[in-house]
Amino acid sequence: MRIHCPHCGERGLQEFLYHGDATVTRPRDGGAEPTPEWTDYVYFRENPNGVHRELWYHNVGCHAWLVVTRNLRNHQIMAVESAYDVALGRSS
Amino acid sequence: MVDKYSVFSVMREALRGHTGWRPAWRDASPVGVYDVIIVGGGGHGLATAYYLAKNHQRMRIAVLEKGWLGNGSIGRNTTIIRSNYLLPGNAPFYEFSMKLWEGLEQDINYNAMVSQRGVLNIIHSDAQRDAYARRGNSMRLNGIDAELLDLAALRAKVPYLDYENARFPIQGALLQRRGGTVRHDAVAWGYARAADHLGVDIIQNCEVTGIKTENGKAVGVETTRGYIAGKKIGLACAGNSSRVAAMAGIRLPIESHALQAFVSESIKPLIDNVITFGAGHFYISQSDKGGLVFGGDIDGYNSYASRGNLPTIEDVCEGGMALMPMLGRARLVRHWGGIMDMTMDGSPIIDKSPVENLYLNAGWCYGGFKATPASGWCFAHLIARDEPHEVASAYRLDRFAKGYVIDEKGVGATPNLH
Repeated sequence: MRIHCPHCGERGLQEFLYHGDATVTRPRDGGAEPTPEWTDYVYFRENPNGVHRELWYHNVGCHAWLVVTRNLRNHQIMAVESAYDVALGRSS
Repeated sequence: MVDKYSVFSVMREALRGHTGWRPAWRDASPVGVYDVIIVGGGGHGLATAYYLAKNHQRMRIAVLEKGWLGNGSIGRNTTIIRSNYLLPGNAPFYEFSMKLWEGLEQDINYNAMVSQRGVLNIIHSDAQRDAYARRGNSMRLNGIDAELLDLAALRAKVPYLDYENARFPIQGALLQRRGGTVRHDAVAWGYARAADHLGVDIIQNCEVTGIKTENGKAVGVETTRGYIAGKKIGLACAGNSSRVAAMAGIRLPIESHALQAFVSESIKPLIDNVITFGAGHFYISQSDKGGLVFGGDIDGYNSYASRGNLPTIEDVCEGGMALMPMLGRARLVRHWGGIMDMTMDGSPIIDKSPVENLYLNAGWCYGGFKATPASGWCFAHLIARDEPHEVASAYRLDRFAKGYVIDEKGVGATPNLH
C-alpha cells in the first residue's frame, strides 16, 4: 500500500502515521461533563467493511494531515485530500 | 461419549487399517427453533456451545459458521497461552482460562497438544525490570505463577539471545512457567467434536446476513441457508463483530485491523519456550513440526483484507534480529494475516447487548486465543443465566461510557492494545 500525498507525490507506508476514522467529530463543549457525544467520539466507531474515510499524517514528509478514502476489503485508495481543506469544507 | 479416543481405539484402528474412524462431528443442517444460536464457529463460539451444553440446563444449540470450522483466527494465530496479566479485571479471567487449558484435553477427550513450556518476557532496562517485578508481584497476589529471572538464570536457560546488544542490552526476564502453546486447530476441532457429542448442531457454510428483531427483542437470524429462529442469540464474530452487530443497529467501540504472523522453515529443536522481546514487539516459539512461529504488531490501520503490508514485516523481523541474530539464517516460508477486533482499551467485551436476547462476545484484540476456554465458559454462563460470570464481570460494554476501561498498558483510548 502506497499513499499519494498531494504535496509530495506517491510515498511508502513507512512515511505515514495513522490516526483512524476521519468522520468522527469532536464535541465543541470542552468536555467538562461526560456526555454520550464524548463517549461516541472517543470510543465508538462505524468500522465499515468497505469504504472508509481516515486520517493519515505525513510524518516523514511534509507534515500534512490527510483524509484518505480507502476500501478496507482490498486496501485500494480511492482519494487523498488535505485534511485542512476537508475541515474548511465541513465548517462552511 | 461414543467413539471415545484412547490408546485402545488407536491400537484397534491400527490393526484394521484405520478404516473405522468416523467424522469427528456431524455436518448438521438447521432444523426448527433453537434455544441458543451462536453466530461464529471459531474457537470462542465452539467453546461457548460446548460449555452451554455441558454446564447448563438441556437446550437446543446451533453454531453458525460462514465458512468452514477453523478458517478464522482460531486456525491462524501464534498459539500462545499465558495469564501474565496485571489488572484486577483481567488477571482472574486469564488465570481461569489457564486452569481450563490445563484440564482441557481430558475434558474434551482430544489431544490439543497443550504444552506448558514457559513464557519469557525479556527485560532490557531498569525501568522495565521495575515494571515486570510489579507485574510478577501482582500476578502472584492473584495466585498466578511468576518468577523474575536475573541475567545469569536467563543466560543458563536461553544462551542464544543477543545479550551484548548495545542498544537493547538484556538484563533478565519475567517467566511464567505455566504459560506455553496449544495446537490451535485442534482446539477448534476438539471443541466441535465435544459439542457435537452433546447434541450441538454445527452448521457450516451458513453466513448470517441479518438479525431479526420484534419489539426490541432478537428472535432469529437470516442466513444464506434460510431463516433460523432462536430464543437467544450470541455473537462471537471476532474481526467481523462490528459488521454483525450493525445488523441489529449496534455500534461497538471496536476497529478491525490486520495482524500478520510468520513461520520459518523447519529446523531442529532450538527454542523450547515462548520468548518475547521487551524493547520492541516480537514474540517467538517453535512448533512441534520445527517451524519458528513468530509475530509482532498489528499493521496499524483499519482493514478487513486478511493481509498486511511490508513495513510491518520489516519491523517484526528487525525485532527478531535484535533479540536473536541467528534468526537471519532461517528462511521465512509463510506469512499471513488475520482480522482482529481491536477495542479502544485492549480488553474484551462479554456482555448483554442493548437488544434483548442478543449477547456480545467481542473485542479480543490480538490476544483471543489464550482466552478461548474461559471466554466460552463465561459467555455460556451469561447466555444461560442472564448474569455475568464472576471472573468476566469487568468486560461490560458500558465501561467505556462510565469510565471503567481496563487499560492494561495505561495509555488511553487507542485501538492497538491488548
